[in-house]
Amino acid sequence: MALGSSPQTSIRPVERLPDAAAGDGRAAAAAAPALTVDARGLSLTFQTRDGEVQALANIDLQISDGDFVSLIGPSGCGKTTLLRIIADLERPTAGTILVNGVSPEQARLRRQYGYIFQAPALYPWRTIERNVMLPLEIMGYDARERRARMERYLKLVNLSGFERKFPWQLSGGMQQRASIARALSFDPALLLMDEPFGALDEIVRDHLNEQLLRLWDQTGKTVVFVTHSIPEAVFLSTKIVVMSPRPGRIIDVISSAFPRDRTLEIRETPEFLKIAQRVRAGLRSGHSYDE
Amino acid sequence: MTSSALALPQAMPRSGWLAERMPLFVVVAILLVLWYLAAVLMNASLVRDGFRRADTKYSFTDLIAGTMEAARPVVPAPHQVAINFFDSVFDYPPDSPRSLAYHSWVTLSATVVGFAIGALFGIGLAVLIVHLRTLEKSLLPWVIFSQMVPILAIAPIIIVVLGAVGIHGLLPKSVISAYLCFFPVTIGMVKGLTSPDPIQLDLMRTWSASRLQVFCKLRWPSSIPFLFASLKVSVTISLVGAIVAELPTGAQAGIGSRLLTGSYYGQTVQIWSALVAAAIIATVLIGLIDAVGRLTARRMGAAA
Repeated sequence: MALGSSPQTSIRPVERLPDAAAGDGRAAAAAAPALTVDARGLSLTFQTRDGEVQALANIDLQISDGDFVSLIGPSGCGKTTLLRIIADLERPTAGTILVNGVSPEQARLRRQYGYIFQAPALYPWRTIERNVMLPLEIMGYDARERRARMERYLKLVNLSGFERKFPWQLSGGMQQRASIARALSFDPALLLMDEPFGALDEIVRDHLNEQLLRLWDQTGKTVVFVTHSIPEAVFLSTKIVVMSPRPGRIIDVISSAFPRDRTLEIRETPEFLKIAQRVRAGLRSGHSYDE
Repeated sequence: MTSSALALPQAMPRSGWLAERMPLFVVVAILLVLWYLAAVLMNASLVRDGFRRADTKYSFTDLIAGTMEAARPVVPAPHQVAINFFDSVFDYPPDSPRSLAYHSWVTLSATVVGFAIGALFGIGLAVLIVHLRTLEKSLLPWVIFSQMVPILAIAPIIIVVLGAVGIHGLLPKSVISAYLCFFPVTIGMVKGLTSPDPIQLDLMRTWSASRLQVFCKLRWPSSIPFLFASLKVSVTISLVGAIVAELPTGAQAGIGSRLLTGSYYGQTVQIWSALVAAAIIATVLIGLIDAVGRLTARRMGAAA
């Protein structure tokens, strides 16, 4: 595997985007949009029984306000770990990271992000409406506000009419939509999504991808999206971060210039295929020394 | 209220009350036959001796009949136990010391109080153990140790100590019962309170929920199935505890005292009918907890 290759030397040249590039069409925003995530020299080493495992090595990543960033890579490349560091669910062992200009812990305590896991993780003893209202209960919203927000966001994810159902009465796709409504309910500016549609079939996934894109376009949220599907990453993102395992590091950062209100049809265009090709090439180069 | 109260709920199509319970009746019938056989075999020599002493001739049917109605049989026949049971329950006013209903009530009240104390203590201990990591290492061994001490050795000590500080009657018995029955609740609830999925806990963290909120909104609801499972185990143990507490103290009342006096005076039938009373109490208590558990599960959205 990583035969003694020290992480510092194995880093490939990373194409870095000029910060201004992300702000293309949004002239109304400040000239240089604020950074939602600013990670520099981030590393994380887990202590396991078999010794040290370097999950992330020397990660530099800047995510601008309003970006849709996909982290793509094979299992074990640390993309989920990176997301968990942004969410303050893991602490890096080296490097610095700022989320909305403060530490991840501060951002978490200020409830500035919503996290969506691969599993819907709805609480089985709560109805859908009470699941969506759970974070609001915890954050101390009053009952009327809770109800209003629950109704608004269930409508947004097309789940009106299912308020009184229990999670087990819903399909997997509907459950995941409910969990998205739950993450949106307290209106965080940043959405962290860890392979949210990984367990769903392709038809449902396409549909939810379109819905997610529309939601991102309408709300102007920043999204960090972990996936291992190339078409999903290229279709959704304004910026694709290609990662490689052992140790987890960034191989390539690709920006894509599709309009914010893109549709599934763009997947047939040459530009789309070109970007997909570049992602695939990046993934392959990251894998090459594995065999 | 059947012996299947402990069994898992079955997804059986409705096919008539009798057909559904047929297996149960068959088992009961087989047990009764075996019981009668045992009564004949175990009492035969006793009855034979009786005939010999009286110097009367006896036939095989006389012998069989004798084993069915011995006054102090080794194994009383089922109908003897049934008759004794109904007589001692219904022939006396319920506050008479000769009434089995009275004795059952004495034991039942000690059981219920002991169960309540034990369950609350068990839950409280589990909450502490789950929230204070150090306690798991320092407290749990003592909890396990407490269960290795034979209760028959401890019971008199507890009675004497509590008696010395002026506590008599129901409470010492309840304390002994609680001492026995908190353990399954603690073990079950430690398991239950730590049962939430890591993702569910992570979610709470992303919402920066307080420990109290994590407990009330996640750990406690997650532990409810574990709670009822351990309560069912614990309630029978608390009944055993209450009965055991009545033995070494020479209690004047209760199922334990019925067992004791029965064995002093060779009243085997009385012992057996006291056992039947204990079995009925245990079945009713488990059935009650099971019913509350099912109701709670339905309210918490369990698939019907």
